[in-house]
Amino acid sequence: MTTDNTEPAPDLRRVGVVWLVLSVIGVLLVIFALGPHIPPGSATAQAHEQHKANVIISAILTPIAIGLLVYFAYALTVFRQRGDVIEDGPPIHGNSRLQGAWLIGTVTVVLFLAAYGTYALYATESSAAGAGGGQGATLISAAPAGALQVQVVSQQWQFTFRYPQYGGVETTQLALPLNRTVVFHVTSLDVIHSFWAYQLGVKVDAVPGADNVADVTPHKLGTFNVRCAELCGVWHGAMATTGLVLSPSAFSSWIAQQRVKNAPATRHLPPYHSVYYPDPIERAG
Amino acid sequence: MAPDSLQAAKTPDTRSPLLRPNLFTGVIGLAIGYIIGVWIGRRVGTHLDWVSAIDQNDVSVLLGYSLGTIGYIAGLGLLDYPFRRLLGQRPVDVVKKDTGAWRYLTVSTDHKVIGMQYLWGIGVFFFIAGLNAMLIRTNLLRPSPPIFSPGQYLTIVGLHGSMMVMMVSSIILGPFGHYLVPLMIGARRMAFPRMEALTFWLTPLSGVVLMSAISYGGFPTGWTGYPPLALQANAGMDAYIFAFFLVAVAMILNAINLMVTIITMRAPGLSWNRLPIFVWSMLATTVLMLLGAPVLVAGLLMMTLDRTSGTNFFVAGAGGSPFLFENLFWFFGHPEVYILALPGFGIVLEILPVFARKPLWGYRLAVSGLLGVALLSFMVWQHHLFVSGINSNLRPFYMLTTELISVPTGFVFLAGMGTLWRARIRYSVPMLFCLAFFFNFLIGGLSGVFLSDVPSDVSLHGSYFVMAHFHYTIMGGLIFAFFGGFYYWLPKMNGLQLNERLAKIHFWTMFVFFNSTFLPLFALGLMGMPRRVSTYAPHLQFLNDWVSVSAFALGISMLVFLVNLAYSYGIVRIPADANPWQSRGLEWQVPTPVPLENFDEVPTILAGPYEYGDANAPPVARLGPILPAVAGD
Repeated sequence: MTTDNTEPAPDLRRVGVVWLVLSVIGVLLVIFALGPHIPPGSATAQAHEQHKANVIISAILTPIAIGLLVYFAYALTVFRQRGDVIEDGPPIHGNSRLQGAWLIGTVTVVLFLAAYGTYALYATESSAAGAGGGQGATLISAAPAGALQVQVVSQQWQFTFRYPQYGGVETTQLALPLNRTVVFHVTSLDVIHSFWAYQLGVKVDAVPGADNVADVTPHKLGTFNVRCAELCGVWHGAMATTGLVLSPSAFSSWIAQQRVKNAPATRHLPPYHSVYYPDPIERAG
Repeated sequence: MAPDSLQAAKTPDTRSPLLRPNLFTGVIGLAIGYIIGVWIGRRVGTHLDWVSAIDQNDVSVLLGYSLGTIGYIAGLGLLDYPFRRLLGQRPVDVVKKDTGAWRYLTVSTDHKVIGMQYLWGIGVFFFIAGLNAMLIRTNLLRPSPPIFSPGQYLTIVGLHGSMMVMMVSSIILGPFGHYLVPLMIGARRMAFPRMEALTFWLTPLSGVVLMSAISYGGFPTGWTGYPPLALQANAGMDAYIFAFFLVAVAMILNAINLMVTIITMRAPGLSWNRLPIFVWSMLATTVLMLLGAPVLVAGLLMMTLDRTSGTNFFVAGAGGSPFLFENLFWFFGHPEVYILALPGFGIVLEILPVFARKPLWGYRLAVSGLLGVALLSFMVWQHHLFVSGINSNLRPFYMLTTELISVPTGFVFLAGMGTLWRARIRYSVPMLFCLAFFFNFLIGGLSGVFLSDVPSDVSLHGSYFVMAHFHYTIMGGLIFAFFGGFYYWLPKMNGLQLNERLAKIHFWTMFVFFNSTFLPLFALGLMGMPRRVSTYAPHLQFLNDWVSVSAFALGISMLVFLVNLAYSYGIVRIPADANPWQSRGLEWQVPTPVPLENFDEVPTILAGPYEYGDANAPPVARLGPILPAVAGD
């Protein structure tokens, strides 16, 4: 069927201008209005990198989303059927140039995102600014000498923290010194947990029999929330604690205090090891 | 055609319907088999030291389920045919010519009956799982104390997730795949009709087995079933394992059946480049099911052995590893989410040309999009494990492959957008659902980009952000596409019109409250709320309450749908036209109700199904007699 005369001439230029204006506004809003509030903040170098990644991806995706929405809004208003008589549209089967351009465009965006993600992962997962995610048995790049080793021992339904450089003392309170790289060694005694220190930008699965490592350098004093982020049984929702970032001197006195306080218990702990194998699992509710 | 001696006797069964095998004889068989299995399990299990060390006998539970399944299949009459064959008797084919409501409770080999059985069967589980979601949101109305006990809460979460992923994963492939694929390709039946019946009847059984977990105190693992938690859990876990096993078996059988049907039973003239895009999406889905589900079966079998036979596949420190299950599970689990998504793509692209009155734009592009997604989906599974401690240098690879999936997904979007260009869009209800699909899937897809990026994922993994993301793709994608398909095809499938005003109310309430429910969940995830918790930080209460109220409103929109069904199918019953949407699709060219054998003669396909606007295009098929009768048949 032929196109009838009442069809408005498609006006892609107007769509393009609307898209451009809205995209500029959208990207500016995402970066400057929303951006500062996007988690996980900048309490550590790692959290800052994740925050940056979240903002950059949001900024890249905003024009794409706006473009599609503007197109749909335009098409759905302009190309609707007018009148009650059903008539057919023009038999357009495709447009190979447009399809090629779309392919190149999406592949370019995807490759850029993957390259940027890989760059952010490796360029920052050094002792200076790792991404804070579980990295398996060893750090991608070595932590500086003098980094604080903290073992996170997960079990149903609490985290305990062992400091091998301080006599292997084990505490229920997590405290970290300011501006010193911390290497978390996360493991589990029973089921899979995940050690999520929200403000630090740290999330490391705790798998029995595995020593899962992540590093982080806190740059802000104060508290941070620790939650279990992997379903671990009935009290999963209650498996949470609050950690502290202390000044180096406060940390020294805190850890000395802990060593004295926990000395009777420390004697009975098994020797420090990267993983522990408790007795075979018993059935629980 | 096969020689006569191999053909089943077509003489109708003269027994009274009540004496023939049916659902109730199946249930009796199930009970008998279950009792025998439990009895054997108790006799055997108590002599095993790892069973006597705990207070629940997994051997007896799993044997009960296994023998119960065999009893159920036998009671349904599905074993008659193979056993008669084995005994050298002339087999009697299961009844096909029954009419009336009774045939839906018996084994039928008519793909149309099976499609309707799937529709109402899966529909029941969809609503049960939806009610579980209402309970979850009720619990989360206040930060603490929880309304349900933590164990109850996890069971509700697990039942919601498992039921949606297991049963509802076939909500498009089951009803529409079975009903429409033979009609769309000009066939009279599926390639393996008895196997087709079996795959359906396994589905409600799997749902019942899953719900039986409640009688053992539920299961704590959610739908992912990670050991060692799953090894620690009580016998409710066996229900999860066995239900998932049944679903996986049904998936494999379904995949073989649909794949063979689509490849070998297309009518003459139905070349690959004329195949309806919905059939293409079914084909791509069967590839995923055929290659993914066996891996799940392997993982579940290992877990069964760990729980019943003292093996240590997943026990760290005894030679096993929890990572093994994570990898097996997600090697299936990620294709599984595309098993959910691809049929949605298919429905949307199938319906769009009809209401745009234009050919499907970029047909080949759309097909390559579907196949590309299917292929890539096997290479991305470790993005579920970015922080798990698996070799961290693999992460850039999985980041790249995951992000690459957006390229073929983009093809589907482009095909949809191109079809709308200079179209004559009619805003009928199926079209509204399809357009909402694009909106929802856009948000779902773009939010996935954050999760594919390792640095971003560290901050978002395991949080409500992930939960919002996959509800946007699955509920916003699959379920919206399902309702689009429902309103589009039901007039053909049961011959009755649906009330349009109620349908529009259903659409708008569902669309608004779906977004109002799930959009704030992104914010909750960003604010640090982990998944599957029954208590949360007090400052998150406002958003949680907002989500809960929206979720209840979403539930009410589903009630509007049910009211429409009751009204349109129960009270007014207005017959639908044979082709109410003026579609070119072959399934619309047959009369309503669809004749028993679909087509009097095998049709010859003359053109593609989307040639709208081309005055010179021939009709989609010639439905008259065209083939010489096959000698000897």
